[in-house]
Amino acid sequence: MSDEKKEELVTVYVDDREVQVPPGTNMIEAAAKIGVEVPHYCYHPKLSVVGNCRMCMVEMGMPQKDRGTGQPVLDDEGHQKTMWLPKPAIACSTVAMPGLRIRTDSELARSCQKGVMEFLLVNHPLDCPICDQAGECRLQEFATDYGRGYSRFVEEKNVKPKRTVLGPRVILDDERCILCSRCIRFCQEVPEDDVLGFVDRGSYTTLTCYPGKRLENNYSLNTVDICPVGALTSTDFRFQMRVWFLKETHSICTESSVGANTLVGSREGTIHRITPRRNDEVNDTWMADSGRELYKQVEARNRLLRSTVDGAETGDPERAVEATADLLRGGKRIAFVGSGRCSVEEQFLFKKLAEQVGAQSTALVSRVAEGDGLLISADRNPNVRGALTTGLIDELPRHELTGLAAGIDKGEIDTVVAYNEDLTAAGITEEQLDKVTVIYLGTHANKTSDRAQVVLPTLTVFEKNGSFINQQFRLQKFLQAVPGPAGVPDDLRTLAGLLAGNGLSIPPGIDEVWEELSESVDAFKGLLFMKIPATGILLDVPPGLRRLPYAEGKTLHYESAGEGAVTV
Amino acid sequence: MAAKERRIILKNIDRPGYGNQLDSYLEEGGYEILKRALQSKPEDLREEVRKSGVRGRGGAGFPAGMKWSFLDFKSGKPIYLLCNADESEPGTFKDRQIIHKDPHQLIEGMLISAYAITAKVAFIYIRGEFPEGAKILERAVEEAREANFLGENILGTDFSCEIYVHRGAGAYICGEETGLIESIEGKRPYPRIKPPYFPAALGLYMCPTIVNNVETLCNVKHIVAMGGEEYAKIGRPGNTGTRIWCVSGHVRKPGYYEFEGGALTLGELIYDVCGGLYPDRTLKAVIPGGSSMKILRADERFKGKDRDGNEFDLGLEDLILDFDGIAQSGSLSGSGGIIVLDDTTDMVEALANVSSFYAHESCGQCTPCREGSLWLKKILERMSRGQARLEDVDLLKSVADQIPGRTICAFGEATAWPVQSYVAKFRDEFIAKAEQQAAGHSRGNGCSEDKIQLV
Repeated sequence: MSDEKKEELVTVYVDDREVQVPPGTNMIEAAAKIGVEVPHYCYHPKLSVVGNCRMCMVEMGMPQKDRGTGQPVLDDEGHQKTMWLPKPAIACSTVAMPGLRIRTDSELARSCQKGVMEFLLVNHPLDCPICDQAGECRLQEFATDYGRGYSRFVEEKNVKPKRTVLGPRVILDDERCILCSRCIRFCQEVPEDDVLGFVDRGSYTTLTCYPGKRLENNYSLNTVDICPVGALTSTDFRFQMRVWFLKETHSICTESSVGANTLVGSREGTIHRITPRRNDEVNDTWMADSGRELYKQVEARNRLLRSTVDGAETGDPERAVEATADLLRGGKRIAFVGSGRCSVEEQFLFKKLAEQVGAQSTALVSRVAEGDGLLISADRNPNVRGALTTGLIDELPRHELTGLAAGIDKGEIDTVVAYNEDLTAAGITEEQLDKVTVIYLGTHANKTSDRAQVVLPTLTVFEKNGSFINQQFRLQKFLQAVPGPAGVPDDLRTLAGLLAGNGLSIPPGIDEVWEELSESVDAFKGLLFMKIPATGILLDVPPGLRRLPYAEGKTLHYESAGEGAVTV
Repeated sequence: MAAKERRIILKNIDRPGYGNQLDSYLEEGGYEILKRALQSKPEDLREEVRKSGVRGRGGAGFPAGMKWSFLDFKSGKPIYLLCNADESEPGTFKDRQIIHKDPHQLIEGMLISAYAITAKVAFIYIRGEFPEGAKILERAVEEAREANFLGENILGTDFSCEIYVHRGAGAYICGEETGLIESIEGKRPYPRIKPPYFPAALGLYMCPTIVNNVETLCNVKHIVAMGGEEYAKIGRPGNTGTRIWCVSGHVRKPGYYEFEGGALTLGELIYDVCGGLYPDRTLKAVIPGGSSMKILRADERFKGKDRDGNEFDLGLEDLILDFDGIAQSGSLSGSGGIIVLDDTTDMVEALANVSSFYAHESCGQCTPCREGSLWLKKILERMSRGQARLEDVDLLKSVADQIPGRTICAFGEATAWPVQSYVAKFRDEFIAKAEQQAAGHSRGNGCSEDKIQLV
């Protein structure tokens, strides 16, 4: 850190330990910087501060100053004296200023935490064994850490609605709600869809939807993520799996070029849910509801599970790869159609293969729709920039493969290799497909795979390792969450097999592919797969690449400023 | 014999022949002070108010001139004046007399205040349960507008000011100034966290705002009329001007009485002014400033040192009636609502009544108040129902101790103070209640006297 920047920081003290933070930082964040957790419910780093849960109360002290002279008052040893305030302060709305001190574990702070914990529990059902939040419940955790351990409450608990359907994806149990208002603030502040609110008052306050409206915006499930208790649950996930059984794997949402960071929760090879993973430069702590359903493609009925050659299953997938390699040899006139949904590594090997077999053309299919201004950009391909950076394509993709269609009609193409793209959805007619040999690599069946001479099944994003380059030119990696279907090889292995059959040997491991990548692509110089940080790394790409007229407009943390110039 | 009432605010109220229309007010020299005020500079008027030392009459007793001095005049945003007419504290009924019987006094006080703080828009936030008062105020505002006392270019000057009457929907918390602001903005009246939302800087619509009580704003008129220094001569230092005391409970002549600050003692008020207790009753306790204030026991002695270092040792009836006098008891004079309880009162049930009010009125925003108030109510209702336990006495105290000072607004104190003080001062009755119930009386009277029949 430069000296200049250091001057801007203020020094505060958390439990007598010094912390330097930018002015304006609240004391929950300041304490977190040195690993001290100030317990809280209503505070959320990405939402406005309301200070209603009172769980983050701490003892607060200010540097003592002489009233007359304004000079600091020192003790006998020359240290600044602190004036401790008799009343506790909430850390969430206490802003760092020079010399401010908080105590998170003093008698007063402990007593506040214990009191609030007890109050939160008096009307709470306390049926953790049947509650879906158990295992990731702040109430449960803080009750253990800060509670008194037994109940003094012998009165009847309040009764509230147990199964309110707030919308198609969210169900509310009002008795579990601790009225922190995170969900309300989220709806107001992030998707700006102000549908949630409280009715009634006091301890009978009840969360509900505005009459005649539903919580159905495409970000509704974030309310479930930020709900600190089991009040809001996902219709899709509730009661499906105990969360402590879930293995959480870092992944990237493939819904658009935003590349929201995600966690894939799986158990014994089955995915149960996808939740957002915090990345302050990409998606904050949010993701779209639609992206959370993408795991369902893993077990979709039309999943391609067997390699076929001329409609017959080959059994051993190696045989299909060999047969394909044969088909690509011998001066054929081949067109390659890659995909913006493939990983950087796959695009790179696909490009190598195209070069190796002397392909007539390589193309990508564009997938542009309206963006939502938040976390779904106009470009629904997660990795068009990967294809540009690796050189698979050198201009922005189009919706329709008009060049390929003309080539087929003129008889200039006799073989088409389609990777994860249904060509009939990209301007190629079924009749045109019937005129050529089609080699299809992909995860799911479609009209193109139906007409392919060779079908090589591949893995979904959840079943392999790889990386995407998002709209900011941020290289982000995803990791394998679950094993792929038996007998379906990793994409890189298939591509390496095809390359080997055509005279180029590249080891199919992702680390080896990255050694190649870092050597042959400037933007990747010095990078290795294992070196990509969890929240990604911004690439230094040639200005020409940056200035293309990309389809994305404005999304969270990204705005393309006219002429295709990009500011992050 | 007690001092005589000095009616400044209540001067015309209840006087035969005096109506709440503009005519009556004008006959009494109404709006003359406004005319004079408009010839002065706003800052000079603010200085008069500061010199007067007048303290807010809503409950907290904060010096109004100092409150005005916190206003952010440099923000470039509009400044708002809000009149808090949400008078909701049980035992308080002074503002409604002004609103019903002399609304133009309030409007004149508001216009002078608005001019002084350079506000062009003012609101009267009147509690939902005062529909008649709202009608009267609306009519009065119309009358004042027709006479050009408010609206554009008031009385031919450059000063324009509009007053809107805004009705609450019936919630105690709307009287909390930031809750009131939220309510005017059309939201639930959830009090705001301070810092950062101090009304003088970030009030209504995030603009600098002053919220004053009805009685306080009426006082501004009289301060400007007589000059701040002259006004400060009324009452005791630090307790200047008059105060309207609302007496209710077990006295023969309950009502509202206006006295100079420190003009009489609590005993004189009860026995001389209010006609004393009913026959064969003895004084048991007094709540000195609305039901949220700490209760005082009749036989208590209050000892300590005053500001000048003089020791005092006072009985309940010796307490001097003003802000500082009542504060010597460890309680506060709050909104001026004095509730007198005689020896027929079952303190457990009295507290159950108070606590059920605060549980009902807790807005529910912050945890200690929301959960604590209802828990206290549930315990006290159970005790009143006949299921008191000995350990409830300590439990009540312990639960109440977890609330004050830990909430967003002062409602936490309002819900905890009664419980803390009743339990501390009438502990024997809470224990007796549990013991009597254990001995077979279905409810017990919780009271050692035989004034209440055991059931």
